[in-house]
Amino acid sequence: MGKTLAVKIFDSHLRDEPFPGTKILDLDRVLCHEITTPVAIADLVWRGKDRVFDQNKLKVVIDHVTPSKDTKTATQAKMLRDWARRHEIPDFFDVGRNGVCHAIFPEKGYIRPGYTVIMGDSHTCTHGAFGAFAAGVGTTDLEVGILKGVCAFREPETIRINLNGTLSEGVYAKDVILHVIATLGVNGATDRVVEFRGAVVDGMSMEARMTLCNMAVEAGGTSGVCMPDMKTVDYLWDFIKGEFADKDAALADYRQWVSDDDAVYASTLDIDVSTLDAQVTFGFKPDCVKSVKEMQGTPVDQIYIGSCTNGRLEDLRQAAELLKGKQIAGSVRGIVSPATPKVFQDALAEGIIQIFMDAGFCVTNPTCGACLGMSNGVLAEGEVAASTTNRNFNGRMGKGGMVHLMSPASAAATAITGVITDAGSL
Amino acid sequence: MEKKFGGSAIFLDRSDINTDEIIPAKYLTEVTKEALTPYILEDLKLEGFDPKGEKLKNATVVVSRENFGCGSSREHAPWVFEVNNVHTVIAESFARIFRQNMFNGGMLAIELPKGDIDQMIALQQQGDVEIGIDLDGQSVTAKAGGEKKQFSFEISPFDRALIDAGGWVEFADARY
Repeated sequence: MGKTLAVKIFDSHLRDEPFPGTKILDLDRVLCHEITTPVAIADLVWRGKDRVFDQNKLKVVIDHVTPSKDTKTATQAKMLRDWARRHEIPDFFDVGRNGVCHAIFPEKGYIRPGYTVIMGDSHTCTHGAFGAFAAGVGTTDLEVGILKGVCAFREPETIRINLNGTLSEGVYAKDVILHVIATLGVNGATDRVVEFRGAVVDGMSMEARMTLCNMAVEAGGTSGVCMPDMKTVDYLWDFIKGEFADKDAALADYRQWVSDDDAVYASTLDIDVSTLDAQVTFGFKPDCVKSVKEMQGTPVDQIYIGSCTNGRLEDLRQAAELLKGKQIAGSVRGIVSPATPKVFQDALAEGIIQIFMDAGFCVTNPTCGACLGMSNGVLAEGEVAASTTNRNFNGRMGKGGMVHLMSPASAAATAITGVITDAGSL
Repeated sequence: MEKKFGGSAIFLDRSDINTDEIIPAKYLTEVTKEALTPYILEDLKLEGFDPKGEKLKNATVVVSRENFGCGSSREHAPWVFEVNNVHTVIAESFARIFRQNMFNGGMLAIELPKGDIDQMIALQQQGDVEIGIDLDGQSVTAKAGGEKKQFSFEISPFDRALIDAGGWVEFADARY
């Protein structure tokens, strides 16, 4: 009987099984940011166990509210900064070098096929795009991860989603994942790994695969995963070329993690994306999804392009293509937050930032801020956002605010008209 | 803090209650659990629910529907229950991270079938519902007026070990 990618990773990282079905895994990466880590640090200090299991496996960033907006957020940043220095954690990204965690850590080459990754952040599932098992956890799991380098999981079952067909012009990974979430429901993948397969995934860039995996948790999934292939190798090559004779050797090594043909799945879902339109959420749950055409004409107040879902260079390019030479509507304000300093610089070099600014967008530094209503674009009561982020919960971007999730292209089209707009109709 | 299971129940009769509703992100800038106390369930979208009401103030058990605690991984959600003396959450199902966070902190997340939750909610018509938990017997009792109902639940050996140890840090520290 064959094994899924997730089972292969579990088998290779199993430290202990204290009870049947409870798997204690060794961790390759424990990722930390300033919102969920400080309480873990404080607790470790209080317990007299202010240690880290391996400072080279910890990757640390200040990203949620940065630069700090007030005394409280400055204190959180300071706690993380002081701790990173105290333990000589080499990969710590402070103001000026920091970016959204799920964009900057892959970009630095920290995530590899076959890795186990945890972070005190639910969108950690993003990193499964590299063929890793990556799961969001709470602060207590994070604390034990920091101290012992282990985390407990149930034996993972996998839902396989075959994405077949060809994406239409103007339809992107974001539209696909919104459609998948609508199909599965918000708890359709609870306690499951969501494996994205098929020609559509094979044809996607690593950025697009990260967008897919990023929102697996919105269907309750533990981790999204894609199979490592030559695109994975190409993306990582600068970081791994010392380890392999050539790219083919790297690929041959990484292929060991690919799910076996006779692997057992909890369920398999075949989706033909050929007829899929651009998608958008309504209401307050990410499985409330319609086509953008159905929502066409809905007025919005703010457009937000950024986040761990859609703040990468490819996302900004897709928006800029539509915005070039255009102005955003007078009734809306636009905010774009390149997800990392590198994305920002590359976008500058390509002239993308100029296009956004000429169109009337505010360009902010890389941060998670607006996505969860913490900073840099909080909504007022009754306001509506068209956003490339991942959650449309009640109050998510500001108390009493409404969020419509969509792709960067749809967000750009909406910015131009001031009402929800299918990019194809421009 | 010593955990006390069972007690006075409040019913949040809706599915998919997310962690943003339990504790909005703007309060995640706090670095102590205690500081979260006043903000419990502040953004919950549920008709008739008052986050500042006596009902919630007196409750030590929350009973809800499917996919409770979905969304963000923030352990601030279990913490805001903990500091408000709610150490037991009973629901039809939980989001994975929330559920794990409850047990990791030595608190109880009990899953019961829809029919049992329906019966518990119906019991409210007799008056305030008092919940009793028998961990060893793996049973929940719900009492209101003169009526009493009993339901059985399952707790995995690992979850039980976390409760007995007082949480995951204690369990892991002793073992790894």
